[in-house]
Amino acid sequence: MRRLQWGVRTLGEVLITLGLLLFLFGAWQLWWTDVTANREQAITIHALEKGFGSPGIRERTAVAPLATLTKVPFGEAFAIMRIPRFGADFARPVLQGTDHDTLTNGIGHYPGTVFPGQVGNFAVAGHRTTYGKPFSNIDLLQTGDVIVVETKASYIVYAVNRHVIVTPDQVEVIAPVPQHPGVRPEQAWMTMTACHPRFSASQRYVVFAKLVKSIPRASGLPASFMAVPAGTVG
Amino acid sequence: MYGTLWRMLPGPWPVKVLLSLVLVVVVVAICFLWLFPAIAPYMPFNGNSVQSGLPFPGSPTSAI
Repeated sequence: MRRLQWGVRTLGEVLITLGLLLFLFGAWQLWWTDVTANREQAITIHALEKGFGSPGIRERTAVAPLATLTKVPFGEAFAIMRIPRFGADFARPVLQGTDHDTLTNGIGHYPGTVFPGQVGNFAVAGHRTTYGKPFSNIDLLQTGDVIVVETKASYIVYAVNRHVIVTPDQVEVIAPVPQHPGVRPEQAWMTMTACHPRFSASQRYVVFAKLVKSIPRASGLPASFMAVPAGTVG
Repeated sequence: MYGTLWRMLPGPWPVKVLLSLVLVVVVVAICFLWLFPAIAPYMPFNGNSVQSGLPFPGSPTSAI
């Protein structure tokens, strides 16, 4: 009888402990990953801005103004994405690769798709929730919204074209001509993917944007592109 | 389990309380810094990218 009592009590304690651990995991995933990822990504943005230099300094350096990216090591940050719809100071690093670790550090560029501003499809993925959630408000993007991708050489300005919601295996959204695999691209596109619905991985929320123009860094980015659209919440 | 642990802790009860708190902090730290980051990629709700073949998490290229 004593043995049974001891067994039941221990079982109860183990179950309570497991429950607490699950709660702790929830707190870590929903809160702590944002805290650490936001901090890490802000440091990356700072380093990128420093590496890119200001427009004034750029004119004196040897980098060709329209030098295009060709190859970036896996996991390395190479651009800054600014989305005025998400706030005037919204800036997130873009890194090469879309694996779990890379997306923890910012927005991930699908290897094998073109780099910003090039003809074809510059495809990226980002977290909708947790890990700094760069694409938390991807569903608020409207047709015509400006997205600026800043590289060492230029500011590449895209405008939102449309969005679709697909299943995770519909890779045609990142085809050189989005949703038309096998077609030869003539324009520069950008595809952004994030999970959908929030806190689920059953679908993907996908936004397509089209190149508006590439501006050499030395010329500076016209302020009008960074204007926060009316009706923006938060 | 917890009763045994409590009896194993040395000193009078205020010391035991203090030691228990330290143990809790250690356990939480281990979870936050090593355990949870290690198991997160295998959770069924982490996924943002599109890919052929492996639409479900647990695959190396999935991340929410």
